[in-house]
Amino acid sequence: MSAYLEITGLNAVLRGTRTRVLRDVSLSVSKGQVHGLVGESGAGKSMIGKAILGVLPRAIEVASGRISLGGQDLGVLPLRERLRVIGSQTAVIPQDPLTALNPSRRIGPQMTDRLTRTLGWQKTRANHRALDLLEEVAIRDPERVLHSYPHELSGGMRQRVLIAAAFAAEPKLIVADEPTTALDVTVQKQILKMIADMQTRHGTTMLFVTHDLGVVARVCQSVSILHSGMVMEEADIRTMLTAPAHPYTAALLAATPRYTDPEASLVPVSDTVLAGVAEAIRASDTLWGRA
Amino acid sequence: MLKRLLLRLISIAITLLGVSIVVFVAVRLVPGNPVAMMLGPGATAEDAAALEALLGLDKSILVQYWIWLTNVVQGDFGTSISLRQDVLTLVLGRLPATLELAFLALVFAALLGGMLAVTGTIRRGGWTENGIDLWNGLTLSTPDFLWGLFLILVFGVWLQIAGISGRISPQLDLPFTTQFYLIESVLRLRFDLTANLIGHMWMPALALALPLSAMIGQLLKQSLKETMHLDYVTLARAKGFTENQVIWREAMRNALAPTLTLTAVQFTHLIGGTVIVERLFSYGGLGNLAIDAVINRDLPLIQGIVLVFAVIFVLINLAVDLLYAVLNPRLRHG
Repeated sequence: MSAYLEITGLNAVLRGTRTRVLRDVSLSVSKGQVHGLVGESGAGKSMIGKAILGVLPRAIEVASGRISLGGQDLGVLPLRERLRVIGSQTAVIPQDPLTALNPSRRIGPQMTDRLTRTLGWQKTRANHRALDLLEEVAIRDPERVLHSYPHELSGGMRQRVLIAAAFAAEPKLIVADEPTTALDVTVQKQILKMIADMQTRHGTTMLFVTHDLGVVARVCQSVSILHSGMVMEEADIRTMLTAPAHPYTAALLAATPRYTDPEASLVPVSDTVLAGVAEAIRASDTLWGRA
Repeated sequence: MLKRLLLRLISIAITLLGVSIVVFVAVRLVPGNPVAMMLGPGATAEDAAALEALLGLDKSILVQYWIWLTNVVQGDFGTSISLRQDVLTLVLGRLPATLELAFLALVFAALLGGMLAVTGTIRRGGWTENGIDLWNGLTLSTPDFLWGLFLILVFGVWLQIAGISGRISPQLDLPFTTQFYLIESVLRLRFDLTANLIGHMWMPALALALPLSAMIGQLLKQSLKETMHLDYVTLARAKGFTENQVIWREAMRNALAPTLTLTAVQFTHLIGGTVIVERLFSYGGLGNLAIDAVINRDLPLIQGIVLVFAVIFVLINLAVDLLYAVLNPRLRHG
């Protein structure tokens, strides 16, 4: 199986400084696979997705490293060309459905503008596509939804719209940025299953950003564990769950709440493990400082 | 909806009534009286008394106000004391010139301010933005009449490339049937006249526009920059859209509301500014007429002009409220 997404030695820094927010990140995701990016908040997991799509905040810039999609190195492309590749081959399922839709535009154009503007589709064809996808995410009255404004839809509906929109251009890669975090627990499971089903059906490669190891176990085939913008461990899901190589991974697994014994399962990550993590980061920073 | 509209109309009527009272009292409180202005220093007390009686100025202020108000409601604004003409005819004859100047200034301010805001947003955090901030600070802190003098000095006196007075070259043969010269010249396809009009109007319009363009530029830039951090903008970027496309398609509409309010409020200021700027450029509009009216203590004319200005302000505010509903779909079914 060939790797679709490949990141090698990616370093991102606060603009104009040598302070790193992503530390020598390397990972590869095979075509059609779901790769989890797991870490505590601030571990840099969303940052990796943003770096791939070229939407890093202004204060952060990529200092070195290579990101390639289907063998195409994004870094060497001129801006226009890179935007075209990003626009036609990738998509995002965002974290918060309440803020990810433009409040003053109707759903229809927001779903289809990528198709008509970036890919040059006819308007009617794009609309048909949007209707089909809304049906696929089990929205009952898709015609009406296309003509609605975001504030006329519930949070769950909006997230389904965003999922449908993400698949609209049949992207090769979808970055799912904590797609269920902002939702009610009651709809979380349903949305998660919907994303997983659509990923399987469309055969899309997916980068799944989450802090929830339970979610990872359910949808991902492989996973990278992050701390302070550094990959602690990259492994396939079975290995990670049964025989974690890194003590930090083991500590995270031990800290995952379980229904059977909730009290005992809430173990904080021990100081020894954190000291080990800090040591690894220090070692990497020393190397970086010399470079 | 109908109820809201009705309430709105009632509040407009109250506003105008208030304005009419204030202006009526104010013009009678300021020193100087029209009778002395008309008769000159040699007049006798009897002559003065006779003229006062003729003009109705011997009655109490309440009675005067009541007579004036009942006439105004019937569309009779009285007769100008100094020009001996019907006030309404005078005012309506000059109003189009001022409206055209004010709207041209508004267009200038919106274009210039919008351009500065978009450029500053694309180049945010760099020297270009600092430069724009500096320029906006300069244009904002310099009042419109100083800009007027500055433009006259540079283009009229030093470079001598532009005419500095009037509305249109007097030797031209004018085919116009209305006072809306600019609009009519375009409609009649007489673009030579349009060019001549713009040639006269661009300096006073620019003088009026510069301070407003700075306000629009700064506020819109600020709103745009805040909008550019929002999730839906990031999402649009990930669709392969350029920064420029993202600003115009996603951010502009949502960032526009505060700027629109400010522009409306400041546009009324701009119309107020026409009074002095029209005088500077000898532009034959309402503002120029207003200054003459004040100098001559022409009470009916001052009252008529102020009331017309008040009506314009009220209408502008109404138009802005309606525009909100167009921009923000959430307000439409309120």
